[in-house]
Amino acid sequence: MTLANLRPMAPELILIALGLVLLMLDLICRKKEMLAIVTLIGAILAFYFIKGSHGGLFDGMFIADLYSNFFKTVFIINLLLSTLISVKYLDTERALHGEYYALLVFATVGMMTMASAGNLIVLYLGLELMSLSIYVLCGFLRNNIKSTESAIKYFLLGAFSTAILLYAISLLYGSTGSTDFNKIANAVAVMGAGAALKPLLLFSVALFVTAVGFKIAAVPFHMWSPDVYEGAPTSVTAFMSVGPKAAGFAIIGKIFFVAIFGLHVEWVKLLIPISVATMITGNVLAISQTNIKRMLAYSSIAHAGYALLGILTADGDGLTAAMNYMLIYMFMNVGAFAVVIMLRTEDFAGDELKDYLGLAKTHPLAAFLMMIFMFSLTGIPPTAGFIGKFYIFTALIHSGQLKLAVAGVLISVISAFFYLRVVMYMYMKDPEVETPVSDSLYLKVALAISVVMVIVIGVFPGKFIEFAKASLILQ
Amino acid sequence: MVPLNWYIWLSGVLFCVGMFGFITRRNLIIMLLSVEIMFNAVNISLVAFSHYMEDLTGQILVFMIIAVAAAEAAIGLALVIALFRNKETITVDEFNEMRG
Amino acid sequence: MLSKVFFLYFASVIVLTSSLAITRRNAMHGVLYMLLMFFHLAGLYLFLNAEFLAAVQIIIYAGAIMVLFLFVVMLLNLREDVQKSRFIRPWIIGFIISSGVMVIAIKAARSVEVVGTGRWGIKEIQSATHIGAIGQELYTHYLYPFELASLVLLVAIVGAIVLAKKRLK
Repeated sequence: MTLANLRPMAPELILIALGLVLLMLDLICRKKEMLAIVTLIGAILAFYFIKGSHGGLFDGMFIADLYSNFFKTVFIINLLLSTLISVKYLDTERALHGEYYALLVFATVGMMTMASAGNLIVLYLGLELMSLSIYVLCGFLRNNIKSTESAIKYFLLGAFSTAILLYAISLLYGSTGSTDFNKIANAVAVMGAGAALKPLLLFSVALFVTAVGFKIAAVPFHMWSPDVYEGAPTSVTAFMSVGPKAAGFAIIGKIFFVAIFGLHVEWVKLLIPISVATMITGNVLAISQTNIKRMLAYSSIAHAGYALLGILTADGDGLTAAMNYMLIYMFMNVGAFAVVIMLRTEDFAGDELKDYLGLAKTHPLAAFLMMIFMFSLTGIPPTAGFIGKFYIFTALIHSGQLKLAVAGVLISVISAFFYLRVVMYMYMKDPEVETPVSDSLYLKVALAISVVMVIVIGVFPGKFIEFAKASLILQ
Repeated sequence: MVPLNWYIWLSGVLFCVGMFGFITRRNLIIMLLSVEIMFNAVNISLVAFSHYMEDLTGQILVFMIIAVAAAEAAIGLALVIALFRNKETITVDEFNEMRG
Repeated sequence: MLSKVFFLYFASVIVLTSSLAITRRNAMHGVLYMLLMFFHLAGLYLFLNAEFLAAVQIIIYAGAIMVLFLFVVMLLNLREDVQKSRFIRPWIIGFIISSGVMVIAIKAARSVEVVGTGRWGIKEIQSATHIGAIGQELYTHYLYPFELASLVLLVAIVGAIVLAKKRLK
């Protein structure tokens, strides 16, 4: 095996090398801003190498195909945006330790490993690599009680759900004799209709649904997410409200759409109540929040519910719509968090809803950007959020789940209430306090990228839908 | 020879013992111990399946689980120490910095 | 027959010690019961012809992880926490959930059967020795997961220092 043989995993290898270089540089480098720049360069390099990564390695344990490349694109853009919004924020929080960027990079490697896993063992290790890095990132503000508390809550429930996932893996291994996705799929296909009669296999499917539910924070496994999102450093919250969720959907594609697709009648039955409950709970509880980070946490629960609706169709169109939704959600959500970070300055927390009163008068540009992100999160055309929801509901109607589509539309009307309340606060009220905003070039770049993408996808969706469609796992 | 499902039963029972401990205890360290019990329950079933199927995949996974459990314990206990330094307690229901 | 007796002994000790571990008021006692449980688990692995895993179970789990737990328990020296009540108020809900899952798990595993078709029967493992067999698989077929595990450990090292060190710079 030569280095050229490793070409399919070039993006991962570049990021791993980047992580190690960052750990080293931290020792020599006085100016921590340098580390962010190195991270950006490395991530862009890895991004460049995604295109052209094709093929399996290590006996099919690692598979780089269009499906995994789609998710890798999402993860690396997420890494780029999170790095951009972190620079100023870490400075404000006085948490300038170089390990931060290395851990962001390793978490991204973990997600990419999950997306290109061909085997349950690899999937598990990728998941752990991602989770362990994010536990540490959540507790990164070590002298802040909220941050430590959020880390420990995330850690406990993360470990608990990993144990459930492992139990599911072991039962699936026991009933099919393999941990390789394709071999499992073959074994399930051989069982045919008898697969649905095997109690051990069904129990394992139920455990998979539970474990994945924890990972994407679906109701009733969502209890951890508001506390964790509120307590974690805001830049980490932005990172983890997109990354692990998209990674969760990547493994849904791998497990549910490849390995146990033969049992799709069963897992769809389990997922329907979960997705409806997730949408309702997320949106209804978001209404009563006064902290904007917490509100965005509940909104992120609700958005996981919408994306799950796409999974429920159990066909290619639905999965495409869900993948597409994750891409769009990344831009609008990270954008919204970037505005929240903009309001965080030396002695001003800026994460309460009332801090946004009259923002349009004091900082018209920040208010305008926040308005666009809020419109997009609600799903108002011509923003990207509308396109995302539109394709999900179309896929649902095509597969004959008309009732669910109607429920989804009705529930998303509720969400208009709390998103537009932020807009109303900014534009129709007078400022109570003078809200300072930070001016960081990095933050501005991140905001510019997000807002441009939200509008471009909203106006010209064709190309992006094609991108997701071409990346389908089911050929 | 011991039938395979005895091992799977043992693993199921042990998993639920761990789960009960995790859900009901308030001491952080005991909650961590409960998760370790759940991992070990999974390990039993993996080794048993692997032995009866004459296939080593399950045992390789057990090996990985043990390695990761060590990593997880290190992070978990570091978090416990960081929390104790800030808060002087490790009882879960006194975690009330955030409510909503 | 004899193997069944041994299995029952190990199984009952494992369930008993784990139940004791999660119900003790003092975390120190819990950790010690866990140690006892790990030794019996290692015994069970010997029955399943997994000598290497039995050794790893004792060296890593009992020798490293539990010692780490012991250190933390002693470091924190939680005198006042021992006085508080052990369980959350609605512990009965947790009991119902976990016993429900247990009933399902037992029912699901009632009729489990697998066929030994793999490459590593008892004879093959004995001729290659268990370490040899695991090593052959680990460094050829499972090389990629093995390398990933090293990355996980690196993150754990960095993370534990970031979180627990007194002062960073």
